[in-house]
Formats: sequence, C-alpha cells, structure tokens
Amino acid sequence: MARIAGIDIPREKRVEIALTYIYGIGLPTSQKILVQANVNPDTRVRDLTEEQVNRLREIIDRRYKVEGDLRREVAMNIKRLIEIGSYRGLRHRRNLPARGQRTKTNARQRRGPKKTVGVRRKATK
Amino acid sequence: MSRSVKKGPFVESRLLGRVQTMNKKSEKKVVKTWSRASVIFPDFIGHTVAVYNGRKHIPVYVTENMVGHRLGEFSPTRTFRGHGKHTERSTALK
Repeated sequence: MARIAGIDIPREKRVEIALTYIYGIGLPTSQKILVQANVNPDTRVRDLTEEQVNRLREIIDRRYKVEGDLRREVAMNIKRLIEIGSYRGLRHRRNLPARGQRTKTNARQRRGPKKTVGVRRKATK
Repeated sequence: MSRSVKKGPFVESRLLGRVQTMNKKSEKKVVKTWSRASVIFPDFIGHTVAVYNGRKHIPVYVTENMVGHRLGEFSPTRTFRGHGKHTERSTALK
C-alpha cells in the first residue's frame, strides 16, 4: 500500500499518473517530483520500493501544499473576496464565473445543469 | 501582458496626494473619485473613498484586506433585477 499525503492510495498505475490523484499535484508537478526523487515515472506504484515511496512522501510533505491545507487556503481566499465586498466575491456568492466570462450561454461548470426559466402563460380555459 | 514593475502599481496621483495630505493632517473626509482603475494603497486604509459607478459615488470604507485591489471592484456598475417575472404585460395577449 502506498499512502502519500494522507489518504491517497493510487495503485496499479504509473507513478507519474498516480501522483496526480493527490489534490494539488498535476502532471507537471508530478513529473518534477519524480525527477527530484530520482524515480522512473514509468514504474507502477505497486512496484515501488519502500524507500522510493518514502522519498516521494518526504518531498511532497516538505515542498508542496496539498489536500486539506490547499483546500483550506483556496476556501480562505474566496472567503476573503466575499468579506471585503469585492466584485469577484459577489460572483462567488452567486456561483457565477468571477473572471468576466460570458453568461448568456455556457458557464455551465459554474452554474450547474441547465434549468429552463421562462415566462409561463396563464392557464387557459 | 502585465504592467511593468518599474512603474509600480497605478494610482491616480491626484487621489493619492489627497489621501496623503489627509494622512498628514490626520483628518478623515470622504474623497470622491472617478478613478476606478486606481489600485488601493496601504495609505488608504481607514479612509472612505466614494467611487463612481457611472451613476453615483458609492462610499467604500477601505480595510487592510482590500490593499492591492482596485477601487472599481467595490463599486458595482450593474443592477440585476432578475429574469422572467410575471408581469401583467408578459402574461396578457398570449
């Protein structure tokens, strides 16, 4: 079992990919870590030696903000924007895109599945 | 492209000057401004700046957290009144 950064146990995959299952680590970061730890990115997680896993764990713990800490930081940043009453905070409050994107169409990621609104006509006899 | 570091952040010099003289005299008056693009400086903390939104000046009380943002971010320019309300006109004649 490979437990890195708390709870993540990606197995059976190449380490390069497995590391990206950790919140805060994408492919580029993952590749950088593997170079630093001197681990071949093509090895499967189950084939890693205990020592290699430890090296990876150490690098991640020391240099990267991942999982809970990172999530907390992001949430704090958003909270700050909301509290100071800025435009971006306002957009976060309404779950709308905060960076000036169009909302006439699209913006589905932010607004969730489509809900049709329209003016309904009065019930006819 | 981001702004050259050499120039420093943008503030309307008239506005900054006004705030600084107020700081020297340690008085507090509401400063009206149209310069929504001005970056909020640490000097502004504790002052109230009335930022124009195209219609009127919105009073913005500057706190520490706001430093580095622009004045316009705190003075919304649009009023959203909602979509698709049931009005007499929209429901009649259909």
